Amino acid sequence: MTTITLAEPPRVLHALRLADTTLVLGHRLSEWTGQAPMLEEELALANMGLDLIGQARALYTHAAALDGQGRTEDDLAYFRDAPQYRNLLLAEQPNGDFAQTMLRQFLYAAFALPFWNAMAASADAVLAAIAAKAEKEMAYHQRHSAAWVVRLGDGTAESHARLRAALDALWPFTGEMFEVDEAERGLIAQGIAIDPAALRPAWEASIARVFAEATLPLPAAGRWMQSGGHHGRHGEHLGHLLAVMQSLPRAYPDARW
Amino acid sequence: MAENPMPQNAMPQNVMPLWEVFIRSRTGMAHRHAGSVHAPDAEMALQAARDTYTRRGEGLSLWVVPSAAIIASDPADKAEFFEPTAEKIYRHPTFYEIPPEVGHM
Repeated sequence: MTTITLAEPPRVLHALRLADTTLVLGHRLSEWTGQAPMLEEELALANMGLDLIGQARALYTHAAALDGQGRTEDDLAYFRDAPQYRNLLLAEQPNGDFAQTMLRQFLYAAFALPFWNAMAASADAVLAAIAAKAEKEMAYHQRHSAAWVVRLGDGTAESHARLRAALDALWPFTGEMFEVDEAERGLIAQGIAIDPAALRPAWEASIARVFAEATLPLPAAGRWMQSGGHHGRHGEHLGHLLAVMQSLPRAYPDARW
Repeated sequence: MAENPMPQNAMPQNVMPLWEVFIRSRTGMAHRHAGSVHAPDAEMALQAARDTYTRRGEGLSLWVVPSAAIIASDPADKAEFFEPTAEKIYRHPTFYEIPPEVGHM
């Protein structure tokens, strides 16, 4: 099978954006396997990665059904190239050190928790069901990642400096979570999608509360933000991630578990 | 031999404290010992216990206890602690005759 490109009417595009973000972030967490700083975190990172990959599977299956071309979740995950990926740029950022991974997880979870909470009322019954499950998972992701952000920020000089560096690296990718384009505006009007801009106060409150406890300075409002992941404009890292993630099914397209 | 500069039982700085994990299962009444985790503090110990020991739906409730808080019997005391009970078979309820109509107890 060669690379596929989907027609992307709004509902397919919307589902793909959610699926790609959860898969890419889940894959990033899986990259820690065998390398975590301690056994307990090895399991915590793998657990969180599996939560996200589970969400991705359900979302890809839904996207494939909406697409209606007889494709499977695996086709969508493994046979699209980086320019076809619609994930948030935040999700594809490299793991860096443990501080960067945990801060990335917190910045995402603090958004994803209210996001799935609101999506549980989606007019799309499948998305609503996925949301109900994802919300519980993201509540734990937020709890665990926030706990580490507090302890690293309010820990040693070394851990604080690492978290500060992670914040500088990741903050420009947080604005994209609240963007809405024409395709999604229509879905919001139909009650299928939710307006992420409405989640910003909840997200900012979580960030402010945890950063205060972590003695981490809150970046000034209105700073320039990166954008483009939802439209397939990615940084250099996603191609490498996909090369690793997709290599096996691309080399052996008929491989089965 | 050079004197060890570290006092005995002192935790090296890069090792996190140990916590004992107890889980109450879906069907169980009491919390049972499941194992141990390393964690910097109580809240993280609880999360580590959740991530390490409840991945397959094992539990409905978790306790974590600092391992240092457990007072354990000394294996050297085995003889005086446990052996005197070995020959006191009358402490087992095996000398009562159970009427047949009681059936299984």
